[in-house]
Amino acid sequence: MATRPAEIEGLALGRGARLFDGLRRFFDGDVFYSFRRSPVTVVSFAVTLILLLAALLAPSLAPHNTYDVASLDLVNAFRPPAWADGGDPRFLLGTDDQGRDVLSSIMFGLRISLLVGFVAVMLAAVVGTLLGLLSGYLGGVLDSVIMRIADVQLTFPAILIALLIDGIVGTLLSPAARRDFKIYVLVAAIAASLWVNFARTVRGSTMVEKNKEYVQAAKVIGVHPGLIMLRHVLPNVLGPVLVIATLSLAIAILTEATLSFLGVGVPVTRPSLGTLIRIGNDFLFSGEWWMTIFPGVALVLLVLAVNLLGDWLRDALNPKLR
Amino acid sequence: MVRDGGRRPILEVRDLKVEFPTRRGTLVAVDGVSFHIEEGEVLGVVGESGAGKSLTGAAVIGLLEPPGRIAAGQILLDGERVDHLPYERMRKLRGKKIAMVFQDPLTSLNPLYTVGRQLVETILTHEDLSAGAARGRAVELLAEVGIPSPVQRIDQYPHQFSGGMRQRVVIALALCANPRLVIADEPTTALDVSIQAQIIRLLKRLCEEHGAAVMLITHDMGVIAETADRVAVMYAGRIVEIGPVREVIRHARHPYTHGLMGSIPVIGHDLERLVQIEGTMPRLTEIPPGCPFHPRCPAAFERCRHERPELMPVDGSTAACWLHDRAA
Amino acid sequence: MLAFVVQRLLQAILVMLVVALISFSLFQFVGDPINNMVGQETTTAQREALRERLGLNDPVPVQFIKWVANAAQGEFGLSYRMGKPVAALIAERLPATMELVLLSALLALLIGVPMGVHTGLRRDSWLSRVFLTVSLIGISLPTFLIGILLILIFGVWLGWLPTFGRGGTVDLGVWETSFLTLQGWSHLIMPAFTLALFQLTLIMRLVRAEMLEVLRTDYIKFARARGLRDRTINFGHALKNTLVPVITIMGLQIGALLAFSIITETVFQWPGMGLLIIQAIQFVDIPIMSTYLVLIALFFVLINLAVDLLYYAVDPRLRVERAVAAI
Repeated sequence: MATRPAEIEGLALGRGARLFDGLRRFFDGDVFYSFRRSPVTVVSFAVTLILLLAALLAPSLAPHNTYDVASLDLVNAFRPPAWADGGDPRFLLGTDDQGRDVLSSIMFGLRISLLVGFVAVMLAAVVGTLLGLLSGYLGGVLDSVIMRIADVQLTFPAILIALLIDGIVGTLLSPAARRDFKIYVLVAAIAASLWVNFARTVRGSTMVEKNKEYVQAAKVIGVHPGLIMLRHVLPNVLGPVLVIATLSLAIAILTEATLSFLGVGVPVTRPSLGTLIRIGNDFLFSGEWWMTIFPGVALVLLVLAVNLLGDWLRDALNPKLR
Repeated sequence: MVRDGGRRPILEVRDLKVEFPTRRGTLVAVDGVSFHIEEGEVLGVVGESGAGKSLTGAAVIGLLEPPGRIAAGQILLDGERVDHLPYERMRKLRGKKIAMVFQDPLTSLNPLYTVGRQLVETILTHEDLSAGAARGRAVELLAEVGIPSPVQRIDQYPHQFSGGMRQRVVIALALCANPRLVIADEPTTALDVSIQAQIIRLLKRLCEEHGAAVMLITHDMGVIAETADRVAVMYAGRIVEIGPVREVIRHARHPYTHGLMGSIPVIGHDLERLVQIEGTMPRLTEIPPGCPFHPRCPAAFERCRHERPELMPVDGSTAACWLHDRAA
Repeated sequence: MLAFVVQRLLQAILVMLVVALISFSLFQFVGDPINNMVGQETTTAQREALRERLGLNDPVPVQFIKWVANAAQGEFGLSYRMGKPVAALIAERLPATMELVLLSALLALLIGVPMGVHTGLRRDSWLSRVFLTVSLIGISLPTFLIGILLILIFGVWLGWLPTFGRGGTVDLGVWETSFLTLQGWSHLIMPAFTLALFQLTLIMRLVRAEMLEVLRTDYIKFARARGLRDRTINFGHALKNTLVPVITIMGLQIGALLAFSIITETVFQWPGMGLLIIQAIQFVDIPIMSTYLVLIALFFVLINLAVDLLYYAVDPRLRVERAVAAI
């Protein structure tokens, strides 16, 4: 592997120059070309970006701070969206039963949904990739055990796994501990339902790379297997991992929303989009549809955008389709 | 073109051009290829990977994968143009007039159906027989290609046959409807060396018996030497030499062919090292002007760099090389 | 063939034992189960007697064996929260969930497979584009949201369909069914469709992807080279080869349906097992949780077994014949 000259060159030119060069190559390359070519992908990327910004900057951007109980006034409760009869331009999308602004709730809710989703996917990616690398490279009993567990787990859908873990952990902790650790358990449960996809793919790629000559050569020279895996196998595996991570993000967000809707997700003090939908659902029959529908729309937009990005990424990085 | 006795060649290809539009521009994979095949003749098409041999074959049978397409030229089967026929008319010709055999017998057969089922459905597509008669034909075909106990084996699945046997089944399938032309695309490359000779001999014999011409595409010169009547050498999407097998092998007219022959070790001859042609065949995006072989040619001169040579007759054979155009 | 079945059965039993172990160990962590079952006035002596009677003083392995033996006979103990036998609770709610899952599976299959085939064969038709767009929305919409939307549109705004519960059912003795009355169907249709939508889009995408893969294979190329008709190629060869791997996935999908039925039942207040388990988790009702775990595992194991057998029947390559080809 001719990494030596590049390293020296990098030291000489500085990291910034190499980064710039890399970026330039990316924008000239096939991947970005197919991105530019597809208006759907560009739009979904834009939407994701907007929603991300809304979530990240919620504390500063949101018109109202919905966590501040003191600022709530019941007089504002049950207001419809601003364009309807009885609406108030201060509360663009209406208010809920406690007088909270729906738009702001959505922004804060997005924050929670994205946070839980991201962390869960990160966790799943790290654990899954690690296990996949080990499993693929070392083979043997370790491989069989890990793959058996993965097989069994694959037959259970994410919701069920998350539910069961939540339930089992619930029996282990006291009610007080349950409340405090609820969100960690949730993230862990969602991650537990996702790691398998990463592990399997990474394992497959590892097994392919393992048999290539440069890896054999490195082994013969005596390079430590861990180093081989990190420096040679890992870079080759990152592409598929990225695709899976994006699609897993969509699943993670949906899973969290579902669990929150069922009441076993995030604590009510920090509602996610799923929680908002659940709360709003109770008022559906009395005609206050905006409390459920708007968070629902936000959720669908988010997941749709992420799915589209993931789909495009998968096609763009697939050498067979080029 | 009409030859002596007024008999047409079974296949005529004139100035065939196959293109692939890509985002980086249009790639020309087959550039002005012309040849013909007589009835019952075996034409070998030889060349390195990427020279355009398989694409030529695919174009003739009308199975070019999009976005590839025939950009120019004509293909005539029995005097009739087939290059831009509507799909359904071309489909009727496939199997019945032109057949094709692919490289890997394992993937050429549907693993979920018995060999008999695949044979019978092909027979019934082209001929109006009863199911029983079709089955009888199928058994006969299997016997013809040398499958032992055909009556039992007709109901077996592809995975129950060995590689060589599978290729025999593939040949049987191709010859079901008695085509006039068989295109064989690397028919022996995926087989054990010991089986290759058997299969090639079988193919040649059957085609002679059925009166079919063969377009034998391969990179294996040995197979050509044994089986073909004439041979076309392809390089970078063009034919650089075409002529009777004996002539081309013994007295190559084109420097590339000469290099190819020299790289084959001959038993009984002492050699210090194998002859090697410097460099590699250019990629489709980087074909040099003039003669595409000139950068690697030991005998290249000024004209080669600018003018592209067409095939010209060179006593008994034809080659596309300026060395033979002393009249210039 | 026999060896195959036996091996699978042994694996299944192994998995069940592991699950049983996990289920059983849930009980060990919760402190004294006696406290959950009796009131405050019960004396220590009475509690001790109860403990003895219920076998809680036996060594743990013995308790485990007893528990497994009981479970095998359908005796799962009493629910902490409701005091009724778990087995009875489950039995009265099972038909509701089963009918829902069955109808949804059928819907997903009957709509999803043809859609997938069409989008695989006619990639560029406008109908394919419509299907693909619908499928994309389908996997981005969480099940509960679909349910809510359907209730809103067909229940609240249009008033065509009832919005919760099962309505009237016909009692067939051991099984109460919704299938025999129009009213039963009107209650069933929205939940079933909600449940089916996610699976439908997944099946459609799967069938499409498989179909595209298959259409790229050499044997399809060879079939075309032999001049076979398009209909023969598409439906005789491509379809059959597509459906074989799809069968495994579809088998697993029934399991997913069971999981998502929990959500659907919550949204539509469908009196099935889903509602039961949610409440059990919220109240840490361990007997129900552990029984549910065992039942789910059993269900999945059976499904896996059935899928394996089906695969075996359909793909000839898995059947090792006596005759091996001779060269």
